[in-house]
Amino acid sequence: MRNNESSEKQNRRKFIQHFLFACASFIIPGIIGAQELVRKVGTWVLKNGYVPSEHHWGMGIDISKCIGCGRCVDACKKENNVPKEPFFFRTWVEQYRFLENDGVVVDSPNGGINSFKAETSEKNIIRSFFVPKLCNQCDNPPCVQVCPVGATFKTADGVILVDKEYCLGCRYCIQACPYGARFLHPETRIAEKCTFCYHRIIEGLDPACVEVCPTQARIFGDLTHKASPLVRFKRMNNLSVLKPSLNTEPKVYYANLDGEVR
Amino acid sequence: MEELIYHLTNILKEVSGYIYPNEIELHWGLLIVIYPYLTGLVAGAFILASLVKVFNVKELQQTYRLSLLTALSFLIIAPLPLLVHLGHPEKSFEIFLTPNKSSAMAMFGFVYAWYLMAVLLLEIWLDYRKDIIIWASSEKGIKKWIHKLVSLFSSDISERAIKFDKKAIKAITIIGIPSAFLLHGYVGFIFGSIKANPWWSSVLMPIAFLFSAMVSGIALVLLIYMVIYSWRPKGINMQCLDKMASYLFYVMIVDFSLETLDFIHRTYEAEESIKILAELVGGKLFVSLVVIQVLLGMIIPLGSIATAKLFKMPEELRKLIYFVSSILILIGIFSTRWNIVIGGQLFSKSFRGLTEYKMTIFGLEGLLVSIGIMLSPILILYVLTKILPPWEEVRNP
Repeated sequence: MRNNESSEKQNRRKFIQHFLFACASFIIPGIIGAQELVRKVGTWVLKNGYVPSEHHWGMGIDISKCIGCGRCVDACKKENNVPKEPFFFRTWVEQYRFLENDGVVVDSPNGGINSFKAETSEKNIIRSFFVPKLCNQCDNPPCVQVCPVGATFKTADGVILVDKEYCLGCRYCIQACPYGARFLHPETRIAEKCTFCYHRIIEGLDPACVEVCPTQARIFGDLTHKASPLVRFKRMNNLSVLKPSLNTEPKVYYANLDGEVR
Repeated sequence: MEELIYHLTNILKEVSGYIYPNEIELHWGLLIVIYPYLTGLVAGAFILASLVKVFNVKELQQTYRLSLLTALSFLIIAPLPLLVHLGHPEKSFEIFLTPNKSSAMAMFGFVYAWYLMAVLLLEIWLDYRKDIIIWASSEKGIKKWIHKLVSLFSSDISERAIKFDKKAIKAITIIGIPSAFLLHGYVGFIFGSIKANPWWSSVLMPIAFLFSAMVSGIALVLLIYMVIYSWRPKGINMQCLDKMASYLFYVMIVDFSLETLDFIHRTYEAEESIKILAELVGGKLFVSLVVIQVLLGMIIPLGSIATAKLFKMPEELRKLIYFVSSILILIGIFSTRWNIVIGGQLFSKSFRGLTEYKMTIFGLEGLLVSIGIMLSPILILYVLTKILPPWEEVRNP
């Protein structure tokens, strides 16, 4: 009787053990596999011989040079197949106008894609400028932190990308981005954002917005290469980043940025 | 796609001030309001049940099984609004397979599975086990087999086994309380940890979620208890009802204090976002926050329950007050969830403008689907009470 009982107990224990192992076998390979993949991202070499870990990309924007022509917005939409409707932007341009009565008017009609109307009739504007905006490719990215499945990730060259295969469309990353730089693609139902035109930069080209800027208000470059135009830009200007208090450590640097810009 | 564009074009007309162009589409709608509402009801109902087992509140014995079944029926439905809301629900299992360790949301599946399997189902099974076995032995046909299946074909009702069940239930309830805290506190953390959003980003969020969850859960069980027991032969037990109302009152006091603290803290610190938040609360959220959440959902029920107790009002009047108060509270807590989820997306992260949320009637994210999701737990509860009657008189001694 006693023997029976103890063997029953052992059987039960074995059963529970096996059951737990079976449960774990569903989950653990995935977790380990995903971590392996993330580790590998650091050592990736792309087919064309591009080695991400040898670069660290960033962008400089000189506010005093931007004329608000909107060509960058247009080029971005064409290059990256961004829906043309005025609710989806990988980059956009904002106009700031300071009024005599201390008021500030900000707008960005259709993301500034058609440039801005000159409002010469308004006499009480004392100062005005344009601010191009895009994903800040944060070094400490809140969007990557919150993504439940790791679909959005930081590559070895510092660019934040979205893996279309993995993205669930939960939109937590859109909520977590302090800069409003993300949107959900209305057709694919997947989170989208600026990639610094990743398909171009791995070929040694500039992002489309930088390429078309007529005043060189946007400077693209490698932060680790001393000879890069961005490093020179960083040396020559007083720089700020957007919302520094949030500690996102943006890699988009603004020269001559006004404190009113958020 | 065209529908969405038409919808967004209409919203564009309602925007005031400046908002980032990508912010015109509001991403977390009614479904995401329902999700924390449902998990809150689960956590609250479970904590009410645990009062009986852990803290030995004898008056509430009648509500013990009812609370557990209520918690279960709402928990079963809780992930549904999340699933429906996803852009790609077919990939949702990735949350289990390749979870991102740093994501609060990735924990959802595990917290949920833990709570469902290790806490609720186990406790219900252990508590009912003896009864189900006895029922099955005297039943015939399909009912017998359903009960056999639910008992997982166990048959041991020896004294030793029952003693073990009782001990296990107590242990599970003790684990269950922090688990219920985890389930809902964690939902609060999903919002509270978003530093980009000053309306959400608050260390108080998980704890405020928790207490409002208890408020709503107790109010729900009180309401269900009143409705069901006024039809049952035994009728409403006034001692039980008074006790529930008392707990409801105490928890509401804590919840109200936390909300007030949050309000005072925000206005006193008056950070960068205070102007736009004040505009939000004074304008687009005035009715849902000040009128429904605070006045109708909190102050009036608090005052009424306090008056009913203080002046020892007659039974029938007390019943009426409890009944109306719990309905108001349930509406109020729904409004709380609405104000957090929707309110947090109505202002631009540029702090310069406000947008609008327009609910749609049809479609997956529309009103009809949401009403369906909200009502389905009641249906599940009805079925559960048929399979596992929670009434004290059918419990075997």
